Amino acid sequence: MSYSNIIFLKDVKSEFRTRVSFNTQLLFTITTLSIILFAVGNESISIPTTISFYWIVSIFAAMSGLSRVFVKEEERGTFLFLFQLASSQSVFIGKLLFNAIFTILVNFFILILFSLFIDTFSANLFFILVMILGSIGIASVSTIVAAIISKVNSSTTLYTVLSFPILIPLLMTLIQASQLSIEGAFFSEMRGHFSFMIGYNISLILISLYLITYLWSE
Amino acid sequence: MRIIKYTTIFLITIQIVLGISFPLVAKPEHFWQFPIVIGLEEKIRNVIFHVPTAWTATIAFTMSLVYGFLYLQKKDFNYELKSIASAELGFLFCILATVTGAIWAKFNWGSFWNWDPRQTSIFILLMIYSAYFVLRSSISEKVKRARISSVYSILAGVTVPFFIFILPRITSGLHPGSKGDTEGAGPIVQFKMAPNMLTLFFIGLIGFTLLYFWIFNLRYRLLVLENKNESEE
Repeated sequence: MSYSNIIFLKDVKSEFRTRVSFNTQLLFTITTLSIILFAVGNESISIPTTISFYWIVSIFAAMSGLSRVFVKEEERGTFLFLFQLASSQSVFIGKLLFNAIFTILVNFFILILFSLFIDTFSANLFFILVMILGSIGIASVSTIVAAIISKVNSSTTLYTVLSFPILIPLLMTLIQASQLSIEGAFFSEMRGHFSFMIGYNISLILISLYLITYLWSE
Repeated sequence: MRIIKYTTIFLITIQIVLGISFPLVAKPEHFWQFPIVIGLEEKIRNVIFHVPTAWTATIAFTMSLVYGFLYLQKKDFNYELKSIASAELGFLFCILATVTGAIWAKFNWGSFWNWDPRQTSIFILLMIYSAYFVLRSSISEKVKRARISSVYSILAGVTVPFFIFILPRITSGLHPGSKGDTEGAGPIVQFKMAPNMLTLFFIGLIGFTLLYFWIFNLRYRLLVLENKNESEE
């Protein structure tokens, strides 16, 4: 497990060198947000609509960036090297850590843009908590599905097909919880949603750690 | 096998014939009369057909998951064949449950699809297994296909309890056992059916379960033969 942080730092370094993924996601966010703003104009939109815009932008930004974490290694030919260095669990944890932090950062950026340009959107502490839990969930689903994809010689369309059904339960809770938080709900109303998200994240990460050895054993 | 076959035919015949032919009366006096439930009337008969299909789909998907897990552990290819046979059957019964449920929803709730939490869960379930079959068809190598599709089915299987048992409890819905249900929300729905109907309901459950095992066995044997043929060629 001690190698996870090395793999994490390696990814951070290689990302800092080119900044391709991060810049792509920022531009993607700006593009989609401007499309939304062109359509909306000066009208004020309801909270459910704002929330759905938010998660559409967030999900598709994540999907465009995170699907390639392992395919990238395969293309560079560094995939086998990683396994010389560390166990598959460590590789997975390192990649997951990178993806989760990356998704949270991108989500903060989306949050700032939305707060600036959309009047009905006012983020509070609960919303940020929901967003962080959601980002971790999205990152963990993305990482394991990306690991599956790296073993299938296929395009990224399969990635969307595979990750969407697994994400739906989380997405439904995220949408409800973020709507509740923006409407100013109390913690007691949202306790169910929070425990759902925490339980979902933990069980997904644990099962991924169990499955990853089978996935990469050849 | 023969005993399963004949018991299945016997039980399902009883279920269909009696389920359709027993009259609904206001005050049942004989064992062959069902009581009228206000708001459900003749539509109540669907419970004898709809619930067993959903139940069988659950059994089939669980079995598929268990066989997928066993395949990963033991690397025995027969488990993979059992897993796929069960997943196919589960998909079939899942479609049946969706269709019977949608028809019933049209006449009781007003439209074929209402995005009730349970309808959403069955939609997700269909999506998961559609993705599973797409994934399988995109890998041509047999052993690799078995391994990766087992991994995916276990991964997806972990999320199933979340939307089957938990999500309907934190959102309100139209099915019994949802949040806001006056009878109380919980995974165990109280059966408030008349005794004779309840008996018929359980006959249906047992009949459909046996039907699953019967078809499963046939499909598995067929897959074994196909697999043998392929390796000989």
